[in-house]
Amino acid sequence: MKQRYERPLIKKLSAGPLNKFGARTETQPVPDIDGAPVKDLLGEFGSPLFVLSERQLRRNYQQAVRAFRTRYPRVQFAWSYKTNYLNAVCRVFHQEGAWAEVVSGFEYEKALLNGVPGPQIIFNGPSKSRAELERACALDSVIHLDHFDELYELLDVAATLPRRPRVAVRVNLDAGVYPQWDRFGFNLENGQAWNAIGRIVGSGRLELVGLHCHLGTYLLSTKPYGVAAQKLADLAWSCRTQLNTPIQYLDLGGGFPSTNTLKGAYLPGTDTAPGIDEFAEVIADTLQRAGFRQDELPLLVLEAGRLLVDDAGYLLGTVLATKRLADGRRATILDFGVNVLFTSFWYDHKISPAGDFSQHTEDTVLYGPLCMNIDVLRESVNLPLLSRGDQVVVHKVGAYNMTQWMQFITLRPAVVLLDEQGRPHRIRQAETLDYLQQLEEMPTHLSPSAPGTSPTAGGRPSQATTRP
Amino acid sequence: MKLKKNIATSETGFIFNPATGDSFTANALATEILQLLKQDRSPADIKTLLLNRYDVEPNQLEKDWDDLVAQLRDHQLLD
Repeated sequence: MKQRYERPLIKKLSAGPLNKFGARTETQPVPDIDGAPVKDLLGEFGSPLFVLSERQLRRNYQQAVRAFRTRYPRVQFAWSYKTNYLNAVCRVFHQEGAWAEVVSGFEYEKALLNGVPGPQIIFNGPSKSRAELERACALDSVIHLDHFDELYELLDVAATLPRRPRVAVRVNLDAGVYPQWDRFGFNLENGQAWNAIGRIVGSGRLELVGLHCHLGTYLLSTKPYGVAAQKLADLAWSCRTQLNTPIQYLDLGGGFPSTNTLKGAYLPGTDTAPGIDEFAEVIADTLQRAGFRQDELPLLVLEAGRLLVDDAGYLLGTVLATKRLADGRRATILDFGVNVLFTSFWYDHKISPAGDFSQHTEDTVLYGPLCMNIDVLRESVNLPLLSRGDQVVVHKVGAYNMTQWMQFITLRPAVVLLDEQGRPHRIRQAETLDYLQQLEEMPTHLSPSAPGTSPTAGGRPSQATTRP
Repeated sequence: MKLKKNIATSETGFIFNPATGDSFTANALATEILQLLKQDRSPADIKTLLLNRYDVEPNQLEKDWDDLVAQLRDHQLLD
């Protein structure tokens, strides 16, 4: 029997400062996901392939709920559809008890199709058409108002309705986060939010039930959540005492980080991202001290997305080629690019080989398959000696990739959900050329049967011959 | 293709160039190839031997051989 082959490598030893993290940080092989062999998954469903772990999805949800409910009596999570709106993923979270938080008309319809009752859908975002507002009112969803134009449109819609639509005011505020997210909602400090609340209550046509604030994304400090919770609680008190309008819920949004490592970060995300218990502690502690009686504490709504799904997602792929760049660096070309792994623009994703390897490693650039210079997955990563055909696993890709991915040069791959027993279920087929072309239409003068359109006919057809 | 005569290599994969002071580490296959080169075996002989000994396709070995030669040249280890 022949010996296992590993391509020859010579590495220059440099007497520089020692790496305090050690020489090998990302080189544990990952031969399976939840017991399902990577080789089998790629063999059955093709490469590349997104894989989601139902076990991890449920674990994340239960852990997040536990973190808040052990500190605050009234908590409700609303699944952030835009983070990953594959129906199977949404249904896992809805089964666990999550409402839906949507930011567009089609997300709203998806939530309904996933069986979420209208009153359990939070309709967020800066873009809601009149027809979408009317539908949300008819189904008694809560509309989170983003700007005055929307408020006036909704007042107009409400004028014809027998029941007052339920609304919340999205508030942006200074919680010490820079840059401050002030493009969504009404600003607190300049009085805009209070003005909007006054108009809502004064109109008598809308029922103000909530206040909402979403500070940002991937926040690595818990302190701003405490500031935001305090400011929202103060605003709720003002609503009650000055406008005789008790606020039923405070929505602190999301923005909680996963443990991915942001590009440019000195330390890995596992060392820098606070855990959900730390966020829960700050938010719950602030609200508990805000002066509400225990029996009148507002419901705390949370719209966590990334936190719940990121580390449940994997991207499996295959090495297409290796080569050397002009400066001698190794380059490895994988069969998935930035169009599929969109979050590689934000993170230094952890990537592991699926197979065994020796102790030798080398620095390499990881490229995708796109014929575009921007298609760089990792600018430099230390990996074992990969060769064509080797399989790799990218970690923590569950958030945003399966919604922001693009069909560009290559088609989008299949997605598989591993159930709690580790059995694979395809939840989205790989795209095909037929699927891609379904929405295209061909003008008559360019159809294959039109005279002069055959490539062999020679030259561009004259207008006279192609017009009907 | 010949290694410079003054290049010291060990069986454990340590390489030292006394002319420049540079030292290198080689993996098992690169170490084996360097030892064979030091015995004045020809590239064709060495490749045949490796194809018989290792689970590798000829094209893959050819590609990796070229890459090793480029590495040796970059590091100024070849005559």
